[in-house]
Amino acid sequence: MAPAPSSKRQALDALMGRAVAGDEKAYRAFLTEAAIIVRRFAAGRMPHHSAGFDLEDLVQEVLLAVHTKRHTWRVGEPVTPWLLAIARYKAIDAYRRRGKRVEIDIDAMGDVFEDPSAMPTATGHDVGRAVASLGGRQQAVVSALSVEGKSISQTARDLDMSEGAVRVAFHRGLSTIARKFGRT
Amino acid sequence: MQTDDLIAQLAERNARDGESFVLPLWLAALFAPVIGFAGFMALLGPRPDFLASLSTLRFDMKFVEAGLLAIAALGLLAALARPARPWRSRARMLLVPAAVLSAAVMVELVVVPADLWGAQAFTANAWTCLVAIPAIGAPVLALFVVALSQQAPTRPGLAGGVAGLAAAGVSAVFYAAHCPSDSPLFVALWYPLATLILVAGGAVAGRMFLRW
Repeated sequence: MAPAPSSKRQALDALMGRAVAGDEKAYRAFLTEAAIIVRRFAAGRMPHHSAGFDLEDLVQEVLLAVHTKRHTWRVGEPVTPWLLAIARYKAIDAYRRRGKRVEIDIDAMGDVFEDPSAMPTATGHDVGRAVASLGGRQQAVVSALSVEGKSISQTARDLDMSEGAVRVAFHRGLSTIARKFGRT
Repeated sequence: MQTDDLIAQLAERNARDGESFVLPLWLAALFAPVIGFAGFMALLGPRPDFLASLSTLRFDMKFVEAGLLAIAALGLLAALARPARPWRSRARMLLVPAAVLSAAVMVELVVVPADLWGAQAFTANAWTCLVAIPAIGAPVLALFVVALSQQAPTRPGLAGGVAGLAAAGVSAVFYAAHCPSDSPLFVALWYPLATLILVAGGAVAGRMFLRW
């Protein structure tokens, strides 16, 4: 079979002809081909990069319409114009529906909203500097509890201290940092 | 859902979903005069001198004009009912009943003295015409809308409006058998006004019920 567009269209006509006669395989092949045609048709005409419009949703809507209205195609008629007329009707429908409600894709709002996790509260460098400004036991305790996230009992065991002593050292260490870095 | 999954599902349902009954448009067109006749007989009935009037040309022309409108509108409707059918060329067929009616008006203007034109056009039957044609045509229009809803009109409003036009044509054929006013001046004035009511109703119904 030559790859000329007209013969391809005729092949599609034949496929649909067999499909309406009850050939499931032919119908599947027709729908697969139809999906490609509709996708290409819609991609060129619809504002597919705009928010609230999903190209694949439209393709599926067209395929469903093709299915429920397939009795309106008659053997002997070219199937491609029929398919594209349905695609056009559904595309206009989708476009109108989209216009009635404002949908904004959150991805498109990156300029407006900043990701809170990306906003620095205290940088690793600042924390390191604060902890390093402490001495001896206080540094070890603050580092273990605040930076490494260990529990008090774990820290007490690691440093061979009582839990009460860990709490006191931790409190004093934080007070020292607060004094040095301006907040009490 | 993935498009491929949808295709697989639809292919599987191909045989099962194809069984439901679809009222063909031509069958609706055959039923339309039956419904029109029933409404006509219930509401009005033919005028007493119906048979005798059949031999007068002005009386017969009313049936020709209304019948041509019904046929042309139904032909256009068949094209509007399915996707990608060329309908614009069929829309031109509506010029035929319009031309016949215009010709009848011309002849009437020549035959009837000018001072009688007003009396011929404005008769006491005007109101009956404006009410009866939409009343007889409404069930016919409903039948056409039902038939269209099983098709796939890509212009629902237009298809509904043309369905109203076809219903008006069918209705006018019967109403003409009742109406005592046979002058083309009367027909050209009041029949189209009554028709407009059905066209507008059909267009609204089309937008409401013919979307798919």
